[in-house]
Amino acid sequence: MTAYTATVTVRLKHGVLDPEAETTQQALERLGFDLEDLRSADRFEVDLEAESAESAHERASEMAERLLANPTIHDYDVEVDER
Amino acid sequence: MTVSIIRFGGSNCDRDAERALEHLEIDAEIVWHEDGLPADTSGIVLPGGFSYGDYLRAGAMAARSPIMAEVREAAAEGTPVLGVCNGAQIGCESGLTEGAFTTNESARFQCEHVYLRVERDDTPWTAAYDEGDVIEIPIAHGEGRYEIDDDRLDELEVEDRILFRYCDENGETGPDVNPNGSKHNVAGVLGERETVAVLMPHPERATLPDVGPTDGQGILRGFELAETEA
Repeated sequence: MTAYTATVTVRLKHGVLDPEAETTQQALERLGFDLEDLRSADRFEVDLEAESAESAHERASEMAERLLANPTIHDYDVEVDER
Repeated sequence: MTVSIIRFGGSNCDRDAERALEHLEIDAEIVWHEDGLPADTSGIVLPGGFSYGDYLRAGAMAARSPIMAEVREAAAEGTPVLGVCNGAQIGCESGLTEGAFTTNESARFQCEHVYLRVERDDTPWTAAYDEGDVIEIPIAHGEGRYEIDDDRLDELEVEDRILFRYCDENGETGPDVNPNGSKHNVAGVLGERETVAVLMPHPERATLPDVGPTDGQGILRGFELAETEA
């Protein structure tokens, strides 16, 4: 077994309104920053032991499917690194 | 035969629902989610509140608690299930109903009275009204914007599963009378069966005459009706 960290990034699907990101962008602009767009995302770092990176990836993806992301509104991606 | 009002950690409209159902002389009891669904459950309320502090997403944690498997099973067998506010979010997160209730377009908590247009009058929840009726019911939520893939929403429209829409006092819908930015002004939807419904507005807060309008009574009477038919 090898120790991995699976990083799951969950973001709203393209086209789904993100009022919090819009408000954050407006606040940055109010501070004088010049920006074109801003997107927010949630990042989960999951430490786990697995037979292989593929197996760790598979388990983290299932976590995303079943809880971390809501497939109705979210896309997600998973990256796996050895710890 | 009793309506079970499921209390999760952070539910806070469970007692309101109990009082409102009592007022309508419908037997109801609050059930702690860890105790499981009582055998004599004739109906289920998923009440409003902030279960698990809205961690991750509103309703996400409660939707995955073991009792929800029992609720889904009961719903599939025809037991009436009504999800209100946080209960609506739990309903969508658990797959009882389609779509998701997410951050209001305003990015603010909206607490106000709204008008709803009744889109169908042939469900237990709306039998007390006529199609097109306008009812006044309060909302109180930060995450009530109904979101779903456009193609799927079109299918739900064709399947006639939109139960309530935000509207003005004359029943006209549109962006000006949409308190949270919901697609198609959707305020409540039906599950696969007409006995399963979720809505963001609070019928239990529009039931007791002492606290204001009583337009929500008809929705809660859905339990009575479903019980009579059973």
